[in-house]
Amino acid sequence: MKRLMRSLNVAVALSALLTAGVAFAQSPAAPAADAPAAPAAPAPKPPTTDRQSTLFGQPQTAEAAKLAPVAGPVLPTPLAKLPLAKLHVPDGFKVEVYASGVGNARSMRLSDKGTLFVGSRVLDKVYAITSENGVQTVKVIASGLHRPNGVAFHNGSLFVAELSKIWRYDDIEANLDHPPKPTLIYDDLPKDEAHGWKFISIGPDNKLYVPIGSPGNITMPPSTHAQIRRMDLDGKNVELVATGVRNSVGFDWSPITKDLYFTNNGRDWVSEDIPNDTLHRVSADSKTPPNFGFPFCHQGNFTDPEFGWGRSCDEFAKPTALLGPHVASLGMRFYTGDMFPASYKNAIFIARHGSWNRTKKLGGDIVVVKLKEDGTFASMEPFMTGFLENNKYNGRPVDVQPMKDGSLLVSDDWNGAVYRVSYAK
Amino acid sequence: MRFAAICLALVGLSAPAMAQTVAERLPTCLSCHGAQGISDTPGIPSLAGQPADYLLVQLVLFRDKQRVSEVMNAMADGLSDDDLRGLADSMAKLAPPKASGPVLEAAVLDQGRGLVEKYRCGSCHAANLSGQEQIPRLAAQREDYLGKQLTDYKSNARAGYDPAMNEVAQEVQPADIPVLAKYIANLR
Repeated sequence: MKRLMRSLNVAVALSALLTAGVAFAQSPAAPAADAPAAPAAPAPKPPTTDRQSTLFGQPQTAEAAKLAPVAGPVLPTPLAKLPLAKLHVPDGFKVEVYASGVGNARSMRLSDKGTLFVGSRVLDKVYAITSENGVQTVKVIASGLHRPNGVAFHNGSLFVAELSKIWRYDDIEANLDHPPKPTLIYDDLPKDEAHGWKFISIGPDNKLYVPIGSPGNITMPPSTHAQIRRMDLDGKNVELVATGVRNSVGFDWSPITKDLYFTNNGRDWVSEDIPNDTLHRVSADSKTPPNFGFPFCHQGNFTDPEFGWGRSCDEFAKPTALLGPHVASLGMRFYTGDMFPASYKNAIFIARHGSWNRTKKLGGDIVVVKLKEDGTFASMEPFMTGFLENNKYNGRPVDVQPMKDGSLLVSDDWNGAVYRVSYAK
Repeated sequence: MRFAAICLALVGLSAPAMAQTVAERLPTCLSCHGAQGISDTPGIPSLAGQPADYLLVQLVLFRDKQRVSEVMNAMADGLSDDDLRGLADSMAKLAPPKASGPVLEAAVLDQGRGLVEKYRCGSCHAANLSGQEQIPRLAAQREDYLGKQLTDYKSNARAGYDPAMNEVAQEVQPADIPVLAKYIANLR
């Protein structure tokens, strides 16, 4: 859903655009392997030739006007009404409900002791889900927070990222009923609502990684935005990890190379089929932060209709994989468990929240991306589908969390639920 | 706040705590929001004909104090999800307001129409600004309320359920807000 709203940053979006048709004409190589093979539709005539007008290039068709964002229900779906029967996984896998009543369940993080922490975005809450004898208990451990989407865990402490503040709750698991007063560890962050909510994680280098999205669909970002930072766990020694990143809401580290992989959401309102969301990689040995191209280049081979003139995609680091147009690729994790078949070992599970800026919705699933030994892209295939049905959402996956037993949890902010995917031969 | 105080005096703050049916509660809502859900009171919105999803979202946000309003936070306090659903559904069924003031001058109409188009209000609020799902009806809403909300979205004083309006409002020029409010309030 995070992507739903960004392109409503209307003036920015509109002023930036040529028509979709022009965009295609300028970038014949753009449509990518993962994009459906749809021909470029003839662009509608722009309603104005005034280059300064925010209407310039904005498709004014009835079809384009139908593309309103899709906000989910405000109350969690009751257990009995969850769309469990509609969710499909490959043969041998099984989906069950892990927890319901987790309103707007977003990013997840597992503690060493097995407590699952879950953030939210349109609500103000962080949840702790404990499990005993197969029965889960959901507790609200923090409320009154502003878009507390990001959660991380380290040495008994929970880290929570609000839109512009990151907090640490020490010894949280011993105090789930009376959570301690958190310590503010970092707030040198923009307050933009657009792409302001955060996924956070702690890397193998014991640093806290914090993304800062571009403050709008397509705009020249200030030097403080469109990047990923890392810092010590007390918020000190901040440094840049990656730049030219439009909006990342999910990342993890390869268990083999320790390289950082992150998902990135592509811009809207260019066309139905481009640009793609992307999967990117930052080498563990990287000395300088790679630039991934925003706002000049999208998906590694498509120069922006406005900002791309005079630039080349060759100036920027290439994506590892294209994840589909408008799909809203969010949370991701490498799978290192033993429960799933060996072919899933070290593969990446990615939650694609699902599109809004596309007539025929795309995404709304969990895909599995497999890498070659050298860490480059090998394949992408659907893993968990059925959230999207007849162009409507039954649910929307946000994040994935492998469990100690090798099962995989999936959060669904539409229904306020967490599912568990397991495998048995 | 003065009007809020009057309403509070009318309805009394203890009302929400008592077990009541939706039908019993609704008059309390209407005492501020207008007998037919169409408000005559500055600062207080008309709710008649709003999409039920929008009303439910706002009621939940008021109950959970994510949307701040002294009166509404108190009114929604302690209500169950089903209470809120019932109230939202009842209010949504009332006939929406119609603009009844004098027809605006052609110049104002043109300017307002142009701004609605420029900011693409209809893209989410529907072509006639009648709202859909979680997105509110704007047409014939109170002018003062429209202006205040747009201003509050721009300053982030009102954080949207989803930040869409906060984002959009960043682009809205302050001088355009009264024009938009007047035009939309008189939309017919």
